[in-house]
Amino acid sequence: MPRKSTLRSFKNRDVISVRDFSKGDIQHVLKVAKTFKARPHPDLLKGTILASLFFEPSTRTRFSFESAMERLGGSVISLADAKSSSSSKGESLSDSIRIVEKYCDVIVMRHPLEGSARLAAEVSKNPVLNGGDGANQHPTQTFLDLFSIHETQKKLAGLHVALVGDLKYGRTTHSLAYALALFGARLYFIAPQSLQMPDHVMRDLEKIKAKYSFHTHPEPFMPKLDIFYATRIQKERFPDPLEYEKVEGIYVITKKLLKKVKKNFRILHPLPRVNEINYEVDNTPYAYYFEQANNGLYVRQALLALVMGKV
Amino acid sequence: MREFRVYAIKQGTVIDHIPDGKGVAIIDLLNLKSWKKIVTLGMSFPSKRLGRKDIVKIEGKELNPNEANKIAIIAPTATINIIRNFKLARKSQVEIPEVIDGIVKCANPSCITNHDHARTKFYLESAKPLLLHCHYCERYLSEAEITLL
Ligand SMILES: [Zn+2]
Repeated sequence: MPRKSTLRSFKNRDVISVRDFSKGDIQHVLKVAKTFKARPHPDLLKGTILASLFFEPSTRTRFSFESAMERLGGSVISLADAKSSSSSKGESLSDSIRIVEKYCDVIVMRHPLEGSARLAAEVSKNPVLNGGDGANQHPTQTFLDLFSIHETQKKLAGLHVALVGDLKYGRTTHSLAYALALFGARLYFIAPQSLQMPDHVMRDLEKIKAKYSFHTHPEPFMPKLDIFYATRIQKERFPDPLEYEKVEGIYVITKKLLKKVKKNFRILHPLPRVNEINYEVDNTPYAYYFEQANNGLYVRQALLALVMGKV
Repeated sequence: MREFRVYAIKQGTVIDHIPDGKGVAIIDLLNLKSWKKIVTLGMSFPSKRLGRKDIVKIEGKELNPNEANKIAIIAPTATINIIRNFKLARKSQVEIPEVIDGIVKCANPSCITNHDHARTKFYLESAKPLLLHCHYCERYLSEAEITLL
């Protein structure tokens, strides 16, 4: 896919896929997000309207985007229940976007179909931010993950990062692995064999010469790691419930597992968690997942301000 | 005798070395019916290179490279012979274009192009083995997964 490599200006740019961003672009977004975290900018987007189109429910992502806009002084119009409105009446996505863009300056959308955000961006004159398109991309999640990793480690290059749990269906780990590899991180893919990284992700990683290895158990690597990125393993993903029961315990983070970790070691999780992280871990210095979720606010503020050409 | 059958048109295009059985698909792909030209389809000719091959002759119309390259998706072995005044004026091998617009159907059932009014678009990732990359859902399509719209 062609990448707009030298494009420095973010004004009017769409945020659809992490593949569209160069290393320099990503660093720039993280830098801007840092300034938003350090200091509020309550009037920056005054008079700007965000249309929030969630064709599939996602309270967290929607709240985070809408709050980001409000905190910058902008306002939000939203489809209360997109499912029951236009799309179920058979209106095409392109038509919906053509109508909505007249009422707003920027669009965030989540949609169950893959490639929907790319299509919306091609139709819309306003910038479109992808809030998740099916199993494909969720770029603002990737940016907030990277932001949190950089915040805790002060760098991205050369880090030892374990991606753990359901790597097959876990969309967030796909884009994150790609972005981290761009920065030269060393990746450990730790998952039950049936839930390992899919071929299409590995193909992309090969292309950018990622450094990685596959494992089934996290324990031997704990002393090496800087970041442990946990994801949820869903029982439904296993054809045989017995298989699930066999692996269930292996990927649960307990205090015991953390005995030999480095001082700078941090645990991240895209949330919601079920039982991958024991509650006893929450008040250790290694738990960073709630701060990580909070960082979504600053990253989304940064992206909104950037595509509106205000920073 | 065979050479005569292949080149016996005065003006136009002979698409040779089409994999056996793909000739009909090429006629569809190029929408040859709408051109109102004389089109001849030869099927299962013996071929040294392919064992069996199909041949399509189009009278009075020279395929441009753009049209010729569309064929490459289903007939990567095809050769394009442009005929002028019964003589072979130009011979070329088809080449899969870097960007494939609106010919191939995305194999991902959750791809927006299978649900909305969106023209499909693929990038050529590799020609051998054939691998395409969907512009929308970002999935890869291997040769076995490729179907035409
Ligand atoms: Zn697709």
